[in-house]
Amino acid sequence: MIEIQNVRKSFGSLEVLKGIDLTVQKGEVVTVIGGSGSGKSTLLTCINGLEPIDSGRILVDGTEVHAKATNLNKLRQKIGIVFQQWNAFPHLTVLENVMLAPRKVLGMAKSEAEAMAVKQLTHVGLADKLKTYPSRMSGGQQQRMAIARALAMSPDYMLFDEVTSALDPQLVGEVLDTLRMLASEGMTMICVTHEMKFAREVSDRVAFFHKGVMAEIAAPAELFGAPKDPELQKFLAATH
Amino acid sequence: MFDTAMTANDLLFLLKGAGMTLAVTGVSVAAGTLMGVIFGVIRVQIGPWWAAPLTFLLDIFRSVPLLIQLVLGNAFQSIAKLGWAPFTTSCVILSLYTAAYCTEIVRGAIDSVPPTTRRAARSLGMTWAQDMRFIVAPLATRIALPSWIGLTLGVMKDSSLVLWLGLIELLRASQVLVTRLQEPLFILSICGLIYFLLSFPIARLGGYLEKRWSPND
Repeated sequence: MIEIQNVRKSFGSLEVLKGIDLTVQKGEVVTVIGGSGSGKSTLLTCINGLEPIDSGRILVDGTEVHAKATNLNKLRQKIGIVFQQWNAFPHLTVLENVMLAPRKVLGMAKSEAEAMAVKQLTHVGLADKLKTYPSRMSGGQQQRMAIARALAMSPDYMLFDEVTSALDPQLVGEVLDTLRMLASEGMTMICVTHEMKFAREVSDRVAFFHKGVMAEIAAPAELFGAPKDPELQKFLAATH
Repeated sequence: MFDTAMTANDLLFLLKGAGMTLAVTGVSVAAGTLMGVIFGVIRVQIGPWWAAPLTFLLDIFRSVPLLIQLVLGNAFQSIAKLGWAPFTTSCVILSLYTAAYCTEIVRGAIDSVPPTTRRAARSLGMTWAQDMRFIVAPLATRIALPSWIGLTLGVMKDSSLVLWLGLIELLRASQVLVTRLQEPLFILSICGLIYFLLSFPIARLGGYLEKRWSPND
């Protein structure tokens, strides 16, 4: 379970998270929508411990992410994150990209890591690209590789930060299909997205962020069908 | 038609000088690169403010002509009664000179690895050391290689200045022969040819490595 309790975070004088409270249960899919600069992506990097927070607490399975005693490298093994830019390791083949962390971080044997990598790459439809270098693949394929790379660590939670935003429109579908598949398999996910149809389809709950505040959170039918927050109403009117 | 007083022994003398050039260059580039990597990583890690004293020190080695550094370094070791042989003094000064340039190459190469790529590595649970070893080092090495090859070739040629400390390296050996045989054009041509033969494989190695890595990028 991920528990976010009254989290505040500023970049200089700009407060990007203004007291966020959110609990995500195991197996739940929560999507986060909202305009640019609303704090959605920052929240994900805070959950992963890549960004410090100013106040509040984030607990992952009871472990406080930002506590001094927490071993962040260990905690990150159970929280996979995929970014808008896929950030492939360009000097490694697709297979090596996915094998690296299981081998070096989890200490898996080469054969075991390779089997895991092949399994995850097959899962995301890249079984025929094992020996390919990322530069030879499309953005959509690289993004699916990044998903496989995170999944190879067998995380309990997956965070997706606008994973389709940097893709050409024709490549968005293949990545969303991968996310749909993960959701149907019961993976606990927090997805920051601009894809409203996707959010409506796969989410258990949808959260709307506006200017660092979680203005509304509800089941998709309720949030999209009868939005209460005036900013959300404006946002939905603009995105439809 | 073409006549020279140069003997096989003279050529051997030149080759011994070339051996000394290679030895001074090899030791200096190896030690200078090692220091450059350490200083470069320190500079990136602690930030420009804390690294200012180190940067200032290295700037001195980059700014003062090498010949002056060699003469002052030799005087210093003599005053300090360190008892260093000319070879040791030459290698120490050239190593620091190489390190000063190499530090900048390493710092620039590390900075050129996209922070987002490093962030992706850390998000997978990699430690700082694992990120440096498996992501930053290979990517930065590719970026640093052309400049490092240039530095190595430069140091090889600059090593001719150690003749001022009395070391008989390639250029000094040529001078001795020129003085004795009075055939400056011929002897300096051979000297230049030997420098070229020493440098060419290093330049080609750099070209080969760049070519080998480039299809993946």
